Amino acid sequence: MSEKYIQLTIDGTPISVPAGTTILDAAKEADVEIPVLCYFAHTTANGLCRLCVVEVEGARMLQAACVVAAQDGAVVHTRSPKVERARRTLLEMLASTVDISESPELQALVAEYECFPERFEGGKKRQPVVIDDNPVYLRDYSQCVMCWRCVQVCADDAQFTYALNFSGRGFDTQIATFFDKPLTETTCVFCGNCIGVCPTGALKAKREYLIEQGVAPEQVLELTRLKGRKNRT
Amino acid sequence: MEANDKTVLICRGTGCESAKSPAIQTELMSGLQGSDVEVKFTGCHGMCQQGPIVIVEPQGTFYANVKLKDVEPIVGSLKNGGGPVEKLFYKDPATKEGLSTYHDIPFYSRQKRLVLQNCGRIDPEDIDDYLAEGGYEGLKKAIFDMTPDAVVQAVLDSGLRGRGGGGFPTGRKWKFTQDAPSDTKYVLCNADEGDPGAFMDRSVLEGDPHAVLEGMAIAGFAIGAQKGYIYCRAEYPLAIKRLQIAIEQARERGYLGKGIMDGDFDFDIDIFHGAGAFVCGEETALITSIEGNRGMPRSRPPYPAVKGLYDKPTLLNNVKTYANVRLIINNGADWFASIGTEKSKGTAVFALTGKIANSGLVEVPMGITLREIIFDIGGGMLDPNKNFKAVQTGGPSGGCLPESFLDTPVDYDSLIEAGSMMGSGGMVVMDEDTCMVDVARYFLDFTEKESCGKCVPCRLGTKQMLDILEDIVEGRGKPGDIELLEDLAVGIKAGSLCGLGQTAPNPVLTTLRYFRDEYEAHINHHACPAKQCKELITYHILDTCVGCGLCRRNCSTNAIIGEQKELHYIDQSLCHKCGVCFEVCPPKVFSVEIRTGEVKLVES
Repeated sequence: MSEKYIQLTIDGTPISVPAGTTILDAAKEADVEIPVLCYFAHTTANGLCRLCVVEVEGARMLQAACVVAAQDGAVVHTRSPKVERARRTLLEMLASTVDISESPELQALVAEYECFPERFEGGKKRQPVVIDDNPVYLRDYSQCVMCWRCVQVCADDAQFTYALNFSGRGFDTQIATFFDKPLTETTCVFCGNCIGVCPTGALKAKREYLIEQGVAPEQVLELTRLKGRKNRT
Repeated sequence: MEANDKTVLICRGTGCESAKSPAIQTELMSGLQGSDVEVKFTGCHGMCQQGPIVIVEPQGTFYANVKLKDVEPIVGSLKNGGGPVEKLFYKDPATKEGLSTYHDIPFYSRQKRLVLQNCGRIDPEDIDDYLAEGGYEGLKKAIFDMTPDAVVQAVLDSGLRGRGGGGFPTGRKWKFTQDAPSDTKYVLCNADEGDPGAFMDRSVLEGDPHAVLEGMAIAGFAIGAQKGYIYCRAEYPLAIKRLQIAIEQARERGYLGKGIMDGDFDFDIDIFHGAGAFVCGEETALITSIEGNRGMPRSRPPYPAVKGLYDKPTLLNNVKTYANVRLIINNGADWFASIGTEKSKGTAVFALTGKIANSGLVEVPMGITLREIIFDIGGGMLDPNKNFKAVQTGGPSGGCLPESFLDTPVDYDSLIEAGSMMGSGGMVVMDEDTCMVDVARYFLDFTEKESCGKCVPCRLGTKQMLDILEDIVEGRGKPGDIELLEDLAVGIKAGSLCGLGQTAPNPVLTTLRYFRDEYEAHINHHACPAKQCKELITYHILDTCVGCGLCRRNCSTNAIIGEQKELHYIDQSLCHKCGVCFEVCPPKVFSVEIRTGEVKLVES
């Protein structure tokens, strides 16, 4: 069966893509770049960071390009004033509550969209303490933008261990283990996938962290190496 | 029913139960034992403010605020054939005259009770009572006399719109789900009522659970589903208990289960207990929750009609939507479409709460004005000396409408146009003592806490808005805050993933639209016009004080100083602004004054 193609216009560029293609992928075809944060090519798209929102003529709300399939005849605007305003507000909110010092991509976006995070000065910051409960990696959720990638690679997208999930509500929502147990007491197998997909510095290999802290390499090994299988907790 | 066959109905909705109505029922039953008077309990009768309510049918004699000690005279009047007990009559607040039957009470006479027709009349735990009122006739008619297409067409033609608040045409939803190809489909009932001050769905489930089951079964037949779930919050134990009883009775009688009414249609219903997250009222979050995951919404499309519970086509409607279905099937789409306005058909059920004389459950035809609901049915302000200020509909997604909108017709589109929304049916009335900035803060506090935290605009944006509102009510507001709130509101509405975030800024936007001067007073003059925001008010004793010492003795922080029979004064550094002095100062003396704004600045 031949694939069905649909026609749409993205920022004035007409394009033809197979039916079912997301707006994000269609935009790539049209050489239009849509910024993403939670989207990652190898994890299931959730459309939760809302940075990739675009304006589709006739739609009531802005649409998340990474999950919404392009419709035949759609007219999409990826940089309309409404879109830019939504993105700018989002980035400002993230930049003012989350520590983005180790997220160059986010910093670049903050600059590109001429954000002014200072207008939220005095607002509450997300500052949970760094969790150092295992020899493999640290979790600094003050840098977490809650993109959900780590949860997904830990679950159905890669490892099927389900050690990570959400906890809390509202502003205090954060990635956590079951009953906030230390990772060593969870199903975690320390595969490292979550560290690999983290877009900020929230998840960091412990050795990398120690070297950053100026600890000598021999000491780093000493501090992170396990003393043999038998002694494992 | 013969003329002297009397039935005593005692309301046992959650409100009346908490006011000891089960004990009253027991007393009534033992008192009337051996007589030919039947005693039975019902679900919510609606006039919760006057509960517990006892009604004697067929006359419709209405006894309000019945206490245990009142049982004896009631039993006496029934047994001895004497006249009704006049001292228990409901008194008209205007004329102070006792009204003997509920037909005379404006609260009831102005209503149109269709969805609630059985609530307060039948025993919700007895299927025979429901059957006697024509129960399951609609299901019978649908299964044996109609095709699924005809049922969907009837719902389409009736013009019924979703009673959860969104107002999406129910028939279209049914059509989408019917058209979705699949062997397995689901019918879900959203009973995760979570708006502050709303109890319509609970009352329907407690008072007439079979109507909801029947509606769901008809829906199952129409769309081709065999299984239904009612997602009911665990905070509604009475509703869950009565639903469970109803489901079991319906199964026993062959109205649910395999081969309904000996036909070849199978349909069964189970209850799913929700853990009380407000966001689970959003359809995709509700579905995620039933699947056993954390209740978080998904991106739509795909809509549940195509890919819902366990990725199967799923129909999801509100409790009251399903309760309407059997009426449409029984009486025809044309009959239903003849009620209400052009675009909003049927009736609307509201839970009236707040500073209103008659709190309770009301059902009115669409198109009636807010004024009629609040002043004719609701009896006006709780304290007749206070002025009406605003009415809040639609819960945390809705808005506050001022007095100038009282003549707005109650229908989906007019309320949206006014900046509020129909919502599921919560209606909170506010008087002049309500600070509208504080109301906005309250709702944002609610949505901020109830946000699931999945998408960025809702998780961070509601917090930012709440922070700004808290600053304003606590006297730290600064110029530019209003504009920042408006800007944030636009960003959150446009960017959020689900309905919770997309509507969360509404309470702020409507209060800004209609009560902007209050925001400005808080920010620019450090004044709370309603004299409610503690950080912006001070209490003072005027020189008319007679020195009775009542305030001094009641003050919990010993902030009031003064000798007996001499002028007292308040040490502001000790005052916690609890307001007790204001409350206890004898009305004749009335020497405590609340000041706000510039006055305070001059004094300090």
